[in-house]
Amino acid sequence: MTVLVIAEHTEGIIADATLRAVTAAGQLAGDVTMLVAGLDCADVAIAAASISGVAQVLCADGPSLGSCLAEPLAELVGAMVAEHLQTRTETFEAIVVAANTFGKNLLPRIAGLMDLGMVSDVIAIKSANTFVRPVYAGNAEATVECMEPIKLLTVRPTVFDPAPPGGSAEVVSIDAPPPWTRTRLVQRAKQSSARPDLSSAKIVLSGGRGMQSKENFVILDRVADRLGAAVGGTRAAVDAGFLANELQVGQTGKVVAPDLYMAFGISGAIQHLAGIKDSKVIVAINTDEAAPIMGLADYCLVADAPQVLAELEAALADLGSTE
Amino acid sequence: MASGMKILVPVKRVADPNVRIGVSPDGSGVDLTNVRMAMNPFDEIAVEEAVRMREGGKATEVIAVSIGGPKCVDTLRSALATGADRALHVTTDADLEPLAVASVLTALANELSPDLILMGKQAVDGDNGQTGQMLAAKLGWPQATFASKIEASEGTLTITREVDQGLEIIEVDLPCVVTSDLRLNAPRFAAISAILKAKKALIETRAAEDFGLQLSPRLLTLSVSEPSQDRANIKIKSVGELLEALAKNHGLLT
Repeated sequence: MTVLVIAEHTEGIIADATLRAVTAAGQLAGDVTMLVAGLDCADVAIAAASISGVAQVLCADGPSLGSCLAEPLAELVGAMVAEHLQTRTETFEAIVVAANTFGKNLLPRIAGLMDLGMVSDVIAIKSANTFVRPVYAGNAEATVECMEPIKLLTVRPTVFDPAPPGGSAEVVSIDAPPPWTRTRLVQRAKQSSARPDLSSAKIVLSGGRGMQSKENFVILDRVADRLGAAVGGTRAAVDAGFLANELQVGQTGKVVAPDLYMAFGISGAIQHLAGIKDSKVIVAINTDEAAPIMGLADYCLVADAPQVLAELEAALADLGSTE
Repeated sequence: MASGMKILVPVKRVADPNVRIGVSPDGSGVDLTNVRMAMNPFDEIAVEEAVRMREGGKATEVIAVSIGGPKCVDTLRSALATGADRALHVTTDADLEPLAVASVLTALANELSPDLILMGKQAVDGDNGQTGQMLAAKLGWPQATFASKIEASEGTLTITREVDQGLEIIEVDLPCVVTSDLRLNAPRFAAISAILKAKKALIETRAAEDFGLQLSPRLLTLSVSEPSQDRANIKIKSVGELLEALAKNHGLLT
């Protein structure tokens, strides 16, 4: 039995989330086949072949795949499975993609084309057909059995470790799909920060409404750079223009699972807490002792967030000078 | 085409997102007894956007549709109060999965021929985030998910999407499916007069079963549990104390 993992790659680099999806696919047992689709992506396919656990790489290279649009990619996967069903006795047991915006955009389209139910945001794999996933902003976890012949899963990247290098898979070329002209990429997103990626950072410093101003976020940035940390925030902070949209943490934003999550001036709306629960250590700094975030924190400091941040910056500078 | 655009907006009735939901004692599901219900917030944003497009002369008709039990009528009335022109209730007692919802919406789209289907990117109960993309696939239409900005021109929409790396801009031909993200707009508070008018409005009704579709579940929920959250909640008094605790107990920030 074979599990298909669809690779996400940008500028020739396979996404960390894809390496994590490989680990999840490995837990389903069987061989992992990775699909690398793009334009001039032969190098990416070679890189994919060296991921530990990947037994085969399918490389679809063509202009129709150059913009990473879901429409042609879904057509490609749908056609592959249909062809398998006609010419072979078996096809993929499962199709796995990371539950980030790439996978969330793509896999339901594949499911729709193939008329298959799918399981979103898997946080634990119990067996080849039984999975655990959060519902209601993580207030509950549902164990679900997927009754489909092919299991379509998006997996939460933060709960699976990245697959290490060390594989030596064969690379097989497959045809790219015909062009899809009704959707056109105008401008690709560009990460606005050189800081570590939120989803894989070891330390995350996060701010909410209690940070009060954009200036205070500049201090947060500075402390983050000092610590090699990623910066995130709440919906309120993003809506107030304190930080970029892709830095929103929560149910509908990014899910983080760092070793240390420091919440500055965050009250802890259910939607935000949904994105931080897997953090190893949570520190909450808030003037409100009764704020919901305090209940989820390992350490609670009842104080003004900007002031604590300033003190932290000073303390870290002292630490640095005595090193 | 854009000047006469017909927009279909599917809306879902969900538990109020500000209410903390617990698990039922037998572990078979969540406990929604006495929980306040509301329109899925992402769908509210979709309704608002569709109404703004009509108000701005980009669309001529906004049709809200909700699939579910009798109480979905309340959700449709709030869509009407926001400014939807028509409301359609597809009745079913079953708790349909996203694939089944997409199947019903596909059938409706084939009947109503909208130019645009505008809907929330996910419902905050199941948190699946599947229906829009499934629907686009079934119709063979382009999709623009996680939209934070929509600009309409003749036969085409230019959509800004919120993706992990920031903002991406795509252009899609009509007809298409667009799913709304949080920052697409801030929905209005409906005027009392609009709410009263919506109360008396006619809501068209269809039975989901009458579409002759295969709507049976593909997933089986075996159990539902509360996530374990054992945190110490240790009160600390100063930054110094915090750094000491993090270093000593966790080897962090040393």
